[in-house]
Amino acid sequence: MTAGAIAAGAGPAPAVRLESLTHVYGDTLALDDVTLDLPAGRTVGFIGPDGVGKSTLLALVAGARKIQGGRVTALDGDMADPRHRRRVCPRIAYMPQGLGKNLYMDLTVFENLEFFGRLFGQDRKERHDRIADLLKSTGLDLFPDRPAGKLSGGMKQKLGLCCALIHDPDLLILDEPTTGVDPLSRRQFWDLIDRIRLERPGMGVLVATAYMDEAERFDFLVAMNDGAVLATGSPAQIKDEVGAETLEEAFIALLPEDERRGHRNLTIQLRQQHDGPPAIVAKKLTRRFGDFTAVDQVSFEIERGEIFGFLGSNGCGKTTTMKVLTGLLPASEGGAWLFGEETKAHDLETRKRVGYMSQAFSLYAELTVRQNLDLHARLFHLPRQRIAGRIEELIERFGLTSYAEVLAATLPLGVRQRLSLAVATIHEPEMLILDEPTSGVDPIARDSFWELLIDLSRNQGVTIFISTHFMNEAMRCDRISLMHAGQVLASGTPAALVEQRGADTLEEAFIDYLQEATGQSDTGDSPVVAQPPKISSSKTEATQTSSALGFSPRRLFAYSLRESMELLRDPIRLAVALVGTAFLMLVFGYGISFDVEDLTYAVLDRDQTPESRSYLEGLAGSRYFLERPALSTHREMDQRLKSGDITLAVEIPPGFGKDLLQGRTPEVAAWIDGSMPFAAETTLGYLEGLHRHYLTELSRRSTGSDPVFLPAEIESRYRYNQDFKSIFAMVPTVIALMLVFIPAILMALGVVREKELGSITNLYVTPVTRLEFLFGKQLPYIVLGMANFLLMCALAVFLFGVPVNGSFLALSVGALLYVTATTGFGLLISSFTKTQIAALFATAIATTVPAVMFSGMMQPVASLDGNAALIGQGFPTGYFMTISVGAFTKALGFADLYRDFLALAAFIPILTVLSMLLLNKQER
Amino acid sequence: MRRLENIYRLGVKELFSLRRDTVLLALIVWAFSFAIYTAATGMSHELKNGSIAIVDEDRSQLSARIREAFLPPYFKEPTLISFREIDPGMDSGRYTFALVIPHGFQADVLADRRPALQVNIDATAMMQAGIGDGYIASILSQEINTFLGAPATAHPVELKARYAFNPNITSAWFTSVTEIINNVTMLAIVLTGAALIREREHGTIEHLLVMPLTPIEIMVAKVWANGLVILGAAGLSLWLVVEMLLQVPIAGSKALFLTGTALYLFFATALGIFLATIARSMPQFGLLFMMVFLPMNLLSGGETPVESQPELLQAIMQAVPSTHFVSFAQAILYRGAGIDIVWPQFALVTVIGSLFFAFAVARFRKSIAVMRS
Repeated sequence: MTAGAIAAGAGPAPAVRLESLTHVYGDTLALDDVTLDLPAGRTVGFIGPDGVGKSTLLALVAGARKIQGGRVTALDGDMADPRHRRRVCPRIAYMPQGLGKNLYMDLTVFENLEFFGRLFGQDRKERHDRIADLLKSTGLDLFPDRPAGKLSGGMKQKLGLCCALIHDPDLLILDEPTTGVDPLSRRQFWDLIDRIRLERPGMGVLVATAYMDEAERFDFLVAMNDGAVLATGSPAQIKDEVGAETLEEAFIALLPEDERRGHRNLTIQLRQQHDGPPAIVAKKLTRRFGDFTAVDQVSFEIERGEIFGFLGSNGCGKTTTMKVLTGLLPASEGGAWLFGEETKAHDLETRKRVGYMSQAFSLYAELTVRQNLDLHARLFHLPRQRIAGRIEELIERFGLTSYAEVLAATLPLGVRQRLSLAVATIHEPEMLILDEPTSGVDPIARDSFWELLIDLSRNQGVTIFISTHFMNEAMRCDRISLMHAGQVLASGTPAALVEQRGADTLEEAFIDYLQEATGQSDTGDSPVVAQPPKISSSKTEATQTSSALGFSPRRLFAYSLRESMELLRDPIRLAVALVGTAFLMLVFGYGISFDVEDLTYAVLDRDQTPESRSYLEGLAGSRYFLERPALSTHREMDQRLKSGDITLAVEIPPGFGKDLLQGRTPEVAAWIDGSMPFAAETTLGYLEGLHRHYLTELSRRSTGSDPVFLPAEIESRYRYNQDFKSIFAMVPTVIALMLVFIPAILMALGVVREKELGSITNLYVTPVTRLEFLFGKQLPYIVLGMANFLLMCALAVFLFGVPVNGSFLALSVGALLYVTATTGFGLLISSFTKTQIAALFATAIATTVPAVMFSGMMQPVASLDGNAALIGQGFPTGYFMTISVGAFTKALGFADLYRDFLALAAFIPILTVLSMLLLNKQER
Repeated sequence: MRRLENIYRLGVKELFSLRRDTVLLALIVWAFSFAIYTAATGMSHELKNGSIAIVDEDRSQLSARIREAFLPPYFKEPTLISFREIDPGMDSGRYTFALVIPHGFQADVLADRRPALQVNIDATAMMQAGIGDGYIASILSQEINTFLGAPATAHPVELKARYAFNPNITSAWFTSVTEIINNVTMLAIVLTGAALIREREHGTIEHLLVMPLTPIEIMVAKVWANGLVILGAAGLSLWLVVEMLLQVPIAGSKALFLTGTALYLFFATALGIFLATIARSMPQFGLLFMMVFLPMNLLSGGETPVESQPELLQAIMQAVPSTHFVSFAQAILYRGAGIDIVWPQFALVTVIGSLFFAFAVARFRKSIAVMRS
């Protein structure tokens, strides 16, 4: 039966039609020529393990990803057409994969909803009405002020759903919305969707899920594997087709023969009883983080050779309990005993008896399979002669032969987990602690993983402590504990737990326990969507459509507001943003000085006469020089110059006094440390000045007149800075430097952060335009830059004593243009970098080099030529340095500096347009 | 023995990880090649291309001589302007120097009336103003004396000054080596800090901690592996970029410099680890790094002399090993100092570095004890 055949038979016109849809990532084929019609107004489920192309397909339908090949028709238009996409995006809602991926974790529940409301152009009243409705219907109205990051997994997903529903979409696209969520929250989530669909029967829902049991309640299913569609139809149709009892079995049966190879139903032998003390004992184990109790009085005992399961949602305390057992975390109260010995944080001996596999894949992705095994064998100090044999044995037994020389980073998920297990067992531990080892792994790989576990437990007597959220895996354990909110709700054999509650399945039993614990009665009584949102939807759509097309200050402001709130809640970014510039200005202002003073010198006076002493008096009296103990030999002079003890050595030759008196022109020799050229030249200048002064004095004493050096006077006038103090030039220059460096870096991080965290999706799928997005994010940093500018001006005037001699207004306007340009530069860099760390270094290097070297700080711009001049002119700092130095030190105003203002202003549109061109409105 | 083996194994693993990190590898290559080359060739501390304008109201033979005496590479070709153009030209930074030759200058010189030449200097151009003043004065006196055909007046005492270690005070000699010194510090902090944060972000640090390994082994492994990379890169760069490409002679023993650098790296890498224990993410680490590295770099004496800082700051900087590192590196590389001269700095770097290293170990141990998933 083909996909097309089913859809053709269906009644209404399809909501979404896919034709020959193909998508590749590098060498990986994610979607392979998929042609499919999806019925309108139904809940369509996409089932299949991780990495088969479900997410890619949904992202393409939502318009979040750029279509590579083939055609997607959704809501009566071609999704490759940007105009159609802009028109329909207010009618589509997309919730990407990952807990709260489209949410902002630092923002509260209410703030998140407000942000989305603004993006869809809702005014205050409409927004607040809708938010109140949605919060009430999901039960989130109890804590509107809790930050999204502190919500449990289930609540995060409900909030994500609220954000998606705020604009009454006609097509709701949910990518694995319930992965990692406890069974009760999962059930509530789907009940909520069902109720919403009752209110809005026309709404189509597309859902991807890895839970086969969940898929039973959808209207229409698409089973996918390896980028292709295996089967479509209602759950009953699919099961009937292969004659399977459950969807999971049906799915396995649908897989191509070579992928099913080796798969057989698991059989679990009875466990042999072992004598001796229990392998693991936990007594009233409690672990707190601040005022949050992650694990609350948990007690259990695990026998040797037992497979003990921990069942619960994300964040319920499973991981923390395991970390305490492994000694990664100390317990706050109570304790845990492994093999009868209390666990301690640094007990190396117990560690050799335990193997641990943490939740995320935690091997070295940059090493090959064999290298990973080898590293761990050696770190566990397996006897040298045993290592090679043991590695071969594991590679063989865990089915890694064909992957031995492959980098761990490129392994399929199922193989990675086998490798992790191989690594955890390399030292033949007596106990394994495995934290959600099968999350995201396909059913067949999961079964083969369990086969290995059963073998370890039954044949080698290894105790296995495993956490999972798959019910069928829990059924395979000898005993399980159900966990919720840090507490164990119940423990026992899976069958006994089901029986105790009189339930049909473990899932139902678990839900029953959860309801008891949370005090919620049956789901029917939980809050219901009382009414559909009260605003007439025709009016809303009209306003949405018109505002979606034009420029919207409200959407821009939504981004500005959100960016400001996030910045305010990140202590390190905030500290750098507020006081970073001031701190660096103090360092630069006080630390960098081109005033050469206190030069250390020593003399080698080989004459020791009144004449030689009179020559040296000049040096000793100068404020530029600082005398160190006299030299006695050339060798000493050499040594002390080398060590840096002195930077100048002056030698008076023997017979100096006699030669001088007899008019034989003695020669004074000076050695200046040339290693720092600038200082050396200045030193020479001072020395020559002193020498001339000596000659003048000498001539006055002997002839009564000044000596004639030149038949003309040279009058040097140091303008703008009569005392020639470097602080007057340094401070205005540093202000220019600081206003490019910090604002550009913070700006660049601000955008790339969204790329890394995934919230950039909101740019892809909401009506916000690139200009609104970019300028909205830029605005807070411009304000921040101006605040920093004012702070630095205050420091300059009051602390450094550098007054603004010219027009402060001109200086401020210049700063505003400049900060807009420099944050624009940060935006430009962030529009093409992918990670925050790359953005950080790229911005630091790309701003510092032109700003320090080619903008007039070291050398006046006028003396640059060639490429250096071009770089200097193509970067905003040089122009603002002229304005800053001009306004502070040269007493200038608008009229004198208008050229620089014009140049600065020209950067703004150029940078903005470039950033817009480089920023994608869709993911590639 | 087991400890040493663990440290060795983990260090080798560290090298493998670094090999796959393209951002950091690019940073290392950039820092030890392009950055050094551009700093050495692009930035000049001596007077170069000084921009000068001349107001010639005399239009005499002598004033013409003077006009032609300002030559590259020290000066750009002088622009002839009128008196009124001086202010706007200097205000906008077009001219750093403006020389005024008054009416009747040549006649006054010949008549021994000691006329005055006015040299206007933009004193906000810190690097050029003072040195340019001296150059202009000596060019003027030479031209006037040659014009008069008078031999330079003999003075009763002559001053013969020489530059030691860098006879032509070529600034590339200074900037290239300074850049290497700076980049050693920069990369030591970035590489070790990033290595720790990378392990934390990937969850592999926990993985190490459940094995029979101690925090100090994990930390020392990072220190030796990243330190070795930096030491190698610095040595190569000194040889290939500085000596071969830029033709800068290295006065002292490179082996001695690298030995001292190895001692210093204990401090610098420990600082990287310390910062990584404070930061929660890579970008936070980056920002912290900037706030720590920039001041340390600027105040350690590599860029401007320590002596010209306020005394309090000088005293504080004495406690920072980078000051002593810069000091002995300059002594060895520029001035050819041997171990007999630099041993006090070696000792200081080692002592302060070890203290800080111990502090970082304690901090690291504490931070992983309270680490949350």
